Amino acid sequence: MAKRVGMEASFAISEAVKLADTDVVAAYPITPQTHIVESLAEIVANGELDAEFICVESEHSAMSACVGSSAVGARTFTATAGQGLELMHEVLYVAASSRLPIVMAVANRALSGPLNVWGDHSDVMATRDCGWIQYFTENAQEAFDLTLCAFKIAEDPKVLFPVMVNLDGFFVSHVVEPLYLLEKEELEGFIPPLKYPFPLDPKKPVTMGAFAPPVLYSEAKKAQEEALRSTKEVILRVWKEFGERFGRSYNPIETYRTEDADTLLLGIGSFTETASVAIDELREKGEKVGLVRLRLWRPFPFAELRAAVKSAKYLIVFDRCLSLGGPGGPLCSEIKSALYPEKKKPKIFNFVGGMGGRDVTPQQFADMILRGREIIDKNIPIEYETIGVRE
Amino acid sequence: MPKADHEITWKELEIGCIVTEPGSASQYKTGDWKSQRPVWDKKRCIKCGICYLFCPEPCIGQDAEGYFESNIFYCKGCGICAKECPTKAIHMEQEES
Repeated sequence: MAKRVGMEASFAISEAVKLADTDVVAAYPITPQTHIVESLAEIVANGELDAEFICVESEHSAMSACVGSSAVGARTFTATAGQGLELMHEVLYVAASSRLPIVMAVANRALSGPLNVWGDHSDVMATRDCGWIQYFTENAQEAFDLTLCAFKIAEDPKVLFPVMVNLDGFFVSHVVEPLYLLEKEELEGFIPPLKYPFPLDPKKPVTMGAFAPPVLYSEAKKAQEEALRSTKEVILRVWKEFGERFGRSYNPIETYRTEDADTLLLGIGSFTETASVAIDELREKGEKVGLVRLRLWRPFPFAELRAAVKSAKYLIVFDRCLSLGGPGGPLCSEIKSALYPEKKKPKIFNFVGGMGGRDVTPQQFADMILRGREIIDKNIPIEYETIGVRE
Repeated sequence: MPKADHEITWKELEIGCIVTEPGSASQYKTGDWKSQRPVWDKKRCIKCGICYLFCPEPCIGQDAEGYFESNIFYCKGCGICAKECPTKAIHMEQEES
């Protein structure tokens, strides 16, 4: 039976990595991901998990080691955050284009400078185009469940892509919450053994990471893009199977009180839980407001997003990082881009806040909804507005 | 390779662009990069093998008599062999277009 325990989300992720019977962990500790790596080191040292724990000298090496171990067909996990994710940057693309099913947890953090170790989405947004499957979790339970699902998705023969499991640094990573852990026996058969089609093997040599000249690069990218888009089907299937077996279902887009709503607030990550309090308060006042949470970030769930917002008049998008010198937050850019071709679509306004670990209160979410509607109605010509910044 | 590079469609690429045929890089003609080719003067060649050692490709081998020659299919025409030859037995000749 699943047992209910009080546990920090970071430790819950390590439990999932243990339950998945991971073969290799190559990771470098960095705040706020440290507890994941520390607890995994302990789990391996205690003999609870028969895995190779590779202590590397940097995140660039961590991801490079993961590429190597995944290439021989070993189940591979790593975790990072903020600057660490950026130091991995070039190797992320190699892992994805080589179609290596690595699983990585990212405890989302701001990027320097100024130096800041707290929660923010600047790190993951800078890796948006690296070709990984990327999704967001909002609490310890989701972090545990969706890390388990990540192995099953990544290693599916129709997928074979690395998966990035995002959780907000500190707001999720360091919070002790009640959650249901699964027992090894309950998981039986959920994650089948990894069968990588071309593992590095001296008896059957292959070349990985060969170069593709101009005459082949476009074909390679087209193949990668088509394959990544087609993974959505498997992601949905795995989340459905998880729900059927363990009672907790996940969707690319989650909605809260959106029925009959004329105004929707859209966000990603744990702050949408805070925003749901504002939705309840505004509903009590008779406002027709609802909440849309984007869980799946790559491949982007175009159809699900369009269906979720098509009846609304106003869409307020909340970003936790800034595209400097650009149109505001990267999330809102993508939402606007996805909705642009639609005939029936809401008017959109973007708020940016919660950067570098700054709290955003339910009151501020309520203010954003009302203020966003006002800006849209009055046609005020601004790209976006920042929440909670002192003038 | 069953198909030339310019004929392969995106649907025909192996997963992750993995190359499953070992040693297939030998089919890649680097010889058409060159603008000059090395030419040996057998009268001056002392068969010391310095050109063979220095060739970065490495595409210099020996013929039946032990004289050195470059494999024109791979030779990029860098001219290092000609520069290093102690007896000046190698000179570079312009490739005809």
